[in-house]
Amino acid sequence: MPKVTINGKELDAPAGINLIQAAEMLGMEIPHYCYHPALTVVGNCRMCLVEVEKAPKLQIACNTQVSDGMVVHTNSERARAAQQAVLEFLLINHPIDCPVCDQAGECKLQDYYMDYDRQPSRFPLGKKNKKGKAIDIGSDVMLDQERCILCARCTRFLDEVTHTSELAIFERGDHNRIDTYPGRKLNNKYAGNIIDICPVGALTEKDFRFRMRVWYMHRTPSVCAGCERGCAIDIYENHGRIYRYKPRHNPLVNGYWMCDEGRHSFTNLQTERRITRALYQSDGRLVPETFSAGLRRAAGAIRKCGEANGARAIGALVGAQATNEEIFALKSFMNDVIGSDVIGGMSYSPPGSSGDDDLLIRANKNPNTRGLSAQGIALDGLDTLAQEVSSGRLKMLIALRADACTALGEAEFIKRFGPLDYLLVFDTDVNETAQMANQVIPIAAYPEIEGTFTNFQGVVQRLHRAFDPPGEAKSAIEAITDLSMLLDGVERPQAADRIFAEMAAREAAFAGLEYEKLGHNGLKLNV
Amino acid sequence: MERILTRWLDIPNLRDIDVYLAHDGYKAARKAFFDMKPEEIIDEVKNSNLRGRGGAAFPTGMKWSFIPKNSPKPVYVCCNADESEPGTFANRYQLENDPHGIIEGILITCRAVGAHVCYVYMRGEFAIQKQIFDAALAQARAKGIIGPDVMGSGFSVEIYTHRGAGAYICGEETGLLESLEGKRAYPRNRPPFPAIQGAFGCPTVVNNVETLSNVPWIINRGADWYKSIGPEKSPGPKLFCLSGHINRPGLYELPMGFPLKDLIYEVGGGILGGRKLKGVIPGGSSFPIFTAEEAVKVNMDFDSVRAAGSLMGTAGVMVMNEDTCMVRALRTIAHFYHHESCGQCTPCREGTGWIEKMLIDLEAGCGTMQDLDYLISVATNMEGNTICVLADSLSMPVKSFVPKYKDEFIEHVKQKRCPFRANGAQSLRAAS
Ligand SMILES: Cc1cc2nc3c(=O)[nH]c(=O)nc-3n(C[C@H](O)[C@H](O)[C@H](O)COP(=O)(O)O)c2cc1C
Ligand code: SF4
Ligand code: SF4
Ligand code: SF4
Ligand code: FES
Repeated sequence: MPKVTINGKELDAPAGINLIQAAEMLGMEIPHYCYHPALTVVGNCRMCLVEVEKAPKLQIACNTQVSDGMVVHTNSERARAAQQAVLEFLLINHPIDCPVCDQAGECKLQDYYMDYDRQPSRFPLGKKNKKGKAIDIGSDVMLDQERCILCARCTRFLDEVTHTSELAIFERGDHNRIDTYPGRKLNNKYAGNIIDICPVGALTEKDFRFRMRVWYMHRTPSVCAGCERGCAIDIYENHGRIYRYKPRHNPLVNGYWMCDEGRHSFTNLQTERRITRALYQSDGRLVPETFSAGLRRAAGAIRKCGEANGARAIGALVGAQATNEEIFALKSFMNDVIGSDVIGGMSYSPPGSSGDDDLLIRANKNPNTRGLSAQGIALDGLDTLAQEVSSGRLKMLIALRADACTALGEAEFIKRFGPLDYLLVFDTDVNETAQMANQVIPIAAYPEIEGTFTNFQGVVQRLHRAFDPPGEAKSAIEAITDLSMLLDGVERPQAADRIFAEMAAREAAFAGLEYEKLGHNGLKLNV
Repeated sequence: MERILTRWLDIPNLRDIDVYLAHDGYKAARKAFFDMKPEEIIDEVKNSNLRGRGGAAFPTGMKWSFIPKNSPKPVYVCCNADESEPGTFANRYQLENDPHGIIEGILITCRAVGAHVCYVYMRGEFAIQKQIFDAALAQARAKGIIGPDVMGSGFSVEIYTHRGAGAYICGEETGLLESLEGKRAYPRNRPPFPAIQGAFGCPTVVNNVETLSNVPWIINRGADWYKSIGPEKSPGPKLFCLSGHINRPGLYELPMGFPLKDLIYEVGGGILGGRKLKGVIPGGSSFPIFTAEEAVKVNMDFDSVRAAGSLMGTAGVMVMNEDTCMVRALRTIAHFYHHESCGQCTPCREGTGWIEKMLIDLEAGCGTMQDLDYLISVATNMEGNTICVLADSLSMPVKSFVPKYKDEFIEHVKQKRCPFRANGAQSLRAAS
């Protein structure tokens, strides 16, 4: 391995990495704009100029690979002067409209100015070049050409990742501007990523514009539940309201990107349909009651059904939206508390939704289909359970994040499950199935819980609780364990890590995995 | 002196292949294909000390020797006929008058580096030149001199011409390659160098028209003969483009090392209108200017001009008389580089515009003394920190004009107007 020295610190660097990466491994930053690890190197911003001993000129760190014996200075007088010069150049024609710019607070121009420049401008304000502002370039993206520093990250993304090339640089010199071709607009399913990789406020999100200052938001690492890819994301939220999702780098799953559908999927969580109290069916309508009253009513129904028809008259249907821990908790509840092994799974994707593509998007719109199968739950629950019903054996169904009615259509659902005596639903929304239920228990959505999803490649990734569930809703695990407490008086663990440990002990696919070791990227199932 | 590169002046209709053949045409190519091994050609050119005429003066034989031997990829030769440097107009005359001299140089280069395809990249304005050159190619093709079996050697060479769309940066060799590949002419970071990854990712030699047209003469007459013309380290016949306030502007072939003083006062017939000389840019607008005192001491070859503090570049010699407003002259130069910067690199994109804005102010009489310092500091900040040397091409004139003609710049600030305008002499053009 080549040995390089950066600012006096030595590193045995993996061959082939550049100086930005080498510095990062030493915990040092070499400022850079155009370099992005997932895009080709263009070396145009010149922000990363560093001094390399024996080279007469300053070198750009992004295009300089480590070599043995290389001695680098990133903060020598010459390097600092170059950094200051580049920042001054970048700012002379910049509109500096930070007060009205969404990027303020996470802008690399602001950050590097504070870290590397801090000089007053020598350029007269009145002579700045004028370019286009607030241009709708399609998709959910707004362009401000004056703020653009022409790093070509966006164009490279569209050339190299989506291969759609909707954006290009037009004109020459300081008249250069990013734009779409005449009469054309952004048209791909990943356009939002250019907003993320734009180091400044030149590309902003239409939906997010002017809605929230970035420093008022909290960031929570999580996983997109939009499809079985399960892209690693960060949830940005303020007082329980989600303002945006951004992809979080995970080399095992999504690299640096996420799709636009997933990016906007949080809007589905913040609807009028969220359930905040327990509901019970009375005279054809759902009537609200307290969470504990709902659970008591559910416990009563279970007891009654069990006594009258035996434990196997109670079955469970679990959707692939449930976390691994929720699936395990429900399974344990059925086996240990009720004494029934009648469990089916479902994994439903609405018709007309996007199919598999060669980047990230998967046709299966459930984040944990693989997790269901990994715990031995077959995905044909809608058929197998329906047979149990029609044979008269199954009288009561507990549905966890399983919107069977939407999946089947109302007529078919009634045909298959109408004969049930009792339908108990654990869900976040008043969906079609909930509307048919005898009892609905409100549970938390995935940004509101700890837990894990297993993506289609078998990568188990952690969710984190970004904020509390609305109203009286509780995590599904709490709801299930509270219910079992009512039934048998035994206290069971509710924390995701405890349940994960039990699951790892009992489910072969999860054997050897430890919750705490999942880390940022997750770990692969051992199958 | 015998005319070599400009022998069309002595031989009417040299552009016709029959005339060219009647005057030893393609003799050197024949020698290169039948009597010499590729390494021998490269060695001969190395020994001749031929240096590139496109501006950077890089040793041509050495450039060729960087091409990997037995490359699994095809090797390309590119002839740089983008000729866009202000004050430079040699290639244009060569294309018009001696196309076969260029084709012969290309053939020998292809043989030397093992290339079977050459692209001739011409500036967008070379419409007529392209017609003439294409006609010459057709003649050579008809005679089997280029094509699948060059002169019966079994070696194929095809030559394609390509016209740009009018951008200075397309002459920068990697900008040229990008443009040739159908992309925006954004110069590339080096490494990799074109010799390893040039056109279409393959090893490529890029040479200027004039460089290539020296090659047949070296092969015919030998490196020693070549080195005997002018200084040994920077030898050869050279085309000088004389322009500006000069009585006889035009293209002159002279030996390397010719005194600039004689070029101006003998060959060029002295300063227009009998005025005094104020300054000379020796190599196209990209390089430091010589004051009159400096200019008369310099010999025109790469090393002497460099030793005197400038560069000979393309040998576009621009003469300015005492009525020239140096602020305006520099502003004109800055306008060019501002207009032609491709805009990739931050320092060049922003610096060229900033410098032009300051010079517009200074010329208009709204500049400040501080601007004079800023000009130097902005030019310094641009220099050496970019992908190609276009940034330096403005930095160098700025850093020579401002200190060398400081009084004139200060007068503009003090009088709050252009002192020359008052005298009625406004610009290079207006003075002639
Ligand atoms: C901005 C810029 C413009 C250039 N324009 C030309 C040109 O028009 N013609 C040319 O031959 N070389 C031009 N060059 C130099 C080329 O990059 C290259 O050095 C040259 O073509 C090599 O040929 P030579 O070795 O035969 O001189 C330019 C360089 C720069 C930086
Ligand atoms: S819009 Fe953003 S990403 Fe695109 S070139 Fe400009 S600064 Fe870079
Ligand atoms: S590809 Fe799937 S997991 Fe990734 S962002 Fe899109 S919907 Fe979410
Ligand atoms: S120095 Fe100027 S012309 Fe050359 S690549 Fe950079 S921006 Fe373009
Ligand atoms: S990050 Fe290296 S030049 Fe932009």
